[in-house]
Amino acid sequence: MKKMTFNKRDFMLRASFFIFVIAIWHFTVKMFDISSLVFPAPAGVIAALYKGIVSGEYLLHTGVTLYETLMGFAIGAIIALILGGLIGQIRILEKILYPYIVAFQAMPKVAIAPLFVAWFGFGVTSKIIITATIVFFPILANTIVGLRSAPREQIEMMTAFTASPWQMFQMVRFPHALPYIFAGLDIGIVLAIIGAIVGEFVGAQAGLGYLILQRNFSMDITGVFAILIVLSAIGIGLHTIMKIIAKRTIYWSETSEDLRQQ
Amino acid sequence: MSAFTTNGIDTKVKNASAFCFQDINKNYQSRDGLNVSALSNINFEVFKKEFVTVVGPSGCGKSTLLKILAGIVNASSGRIEINGMPQKGPSSEIGVVFQNPVLLPWRTILNNVLIPAEIQKRDIKESRKKAYELLDMVGLKGFETKYPKELSGGMQQRVGIARALINDPSILLMDEPFGALDAMTRELMNMELLRLKKRIGATIMLVTHSIPEAIFLGDRVIIMSPRPGCVEEIMDIDLPYEKELSIINSEHFGVYDRHIRNAFNSKAGLD
Repeated sequence: MKKMTFNKRDFMLRASFFIFVIAIWHFTVKMFDISSLVFPAPAGVIAALYKGIVSGEYLLHTGVTLYETLMGFAIGAIIALILGGLIGQIRILEKILYPYIVAFQAMPKVAIAPLFVAWFGFGVTSKIIITATIVFFPILANTIVGLRSAPREQIEMMTAFTASPWQMFQMVRFPHALPYIFAGLDIGIVLAIIGAIVGEFVGAQAGLGYLILQRNFSMDITGVFAILIVLSAIGIGLHTIMKIIAKRTIYWSETSEDLRQQ
Repeated sequence: MSAFTTNGIDTKVKNASAFCFQDINKNYQSRDGLNVSALSNINFEVFKKEFVTVVGPSGCGKSTLLKILAGIVNASSGRIEINGMPQKGPSSEIGVVFQNPVLLPWRTILNNVLIPAEIQKRDIKESRKKAYELLDMVGLKGFETKYPKELSGGMQQRVGIARALINDPSILLMDEPFGALDAMTRELMNMELLRLKKRIGATIMLVTHSIPEAIFLGDRVIIMSPRPGCVEEIMDIDLPYEKELSIINSEHFGVYDRHIRNAFNSKAGLD
């Protein structure tokens, strides 16, 4: 997707394109005299964004959403990694568990979100649980695939040097699975924000999803746009952090980008 | 000829047995459910400090034979003795060099060499010292902290050799170790392997499909034929112990070469 290299020409090109997009946006809105109730102009959005930031309102709601996102991600990821580790190693577990996991995955999480709110209330707990369920599957699937895809020749090499199953896991299967696991985590972190917002839409007292609904009800479309930008920024931020961690951890892999699935 | 008696095998007084194959058979089910025989009645013995090469066309089961000895593949029937003891699975007495060097990309060269030592839970300080020595011996001094992808194919194979030797195995198995290298590097590696052989004192079995390589390296050449894989002939090679590459052009070498080629051709004619 993106290379992290900081190329001056690249940067100029990107900056000019950004300005170009904003300009098109601005002139289109002005030219057709579109009401800010339908599609606000960039200047208004930026003003709303500024106001939201300095008033401290965004800070509070971003904090709530970020907390739900990260907690849900952590819980979903840990369960997925443990379960994926077990299923990846013990074949019979896959036969027993996988039908249920797939059935659960097939249920749209948006459809079961109201249930979680009914069970766990309007606070952060229900959002964390919804997020965890959304994050769970891609990480689980990638972990299993990663653990199973160690090349046969590496397994044979370890066998020839008398490796035990645990040594095989620790020295070959697990490191080999890491690029896959990080691809899963990267998908998971972006899905986590969706999970938190979906949860807040169903019923919440705070958070950016809650704030979007508020703005929408009061016909403050400019405000909605400003919050969408905040959400995007959070998404990009979390994705970037994940990429950096992945790059540090799986320094040997050049193909982690190609392993993105789903 | 002093080197001959101290390091090499004496052709008259054989050393003790390093390993032997007794009635080894290997069958497997093909995709259409047929029972295919990959190896049939393999019987031969290799003596301590001997260098045997196994040569044969692809599909003759020579790699399978090596993997059975290494304990990676199970034989369908028959038995193997290693140093007089029946073989049960992989053994720390054996070091294996694979065709594709099979280095782990996340480990440095030094840590790749240390894999068998870690598996065997040997003293890590001693092993590191040994790894440095081995890397020096295979000509990779200074590459210890590099990663496999930074090395050429020939260099990676040297790492594979150092790794196979880290636990001082009494038997070194080499599965077409130079098959993926270009002809020049290959000849160079052959020379170096002979030099290495004198220093390590292990029994070596090397599998190859190159007839000149088999003759050049082996004290004996095991000639195998395919369908089913079986030992066609075992040929003693009587070439000077201190070999030079130029020996390949000698009359004597040519006789061996033609003999093996004829063995293959007559077999192929029967197909």
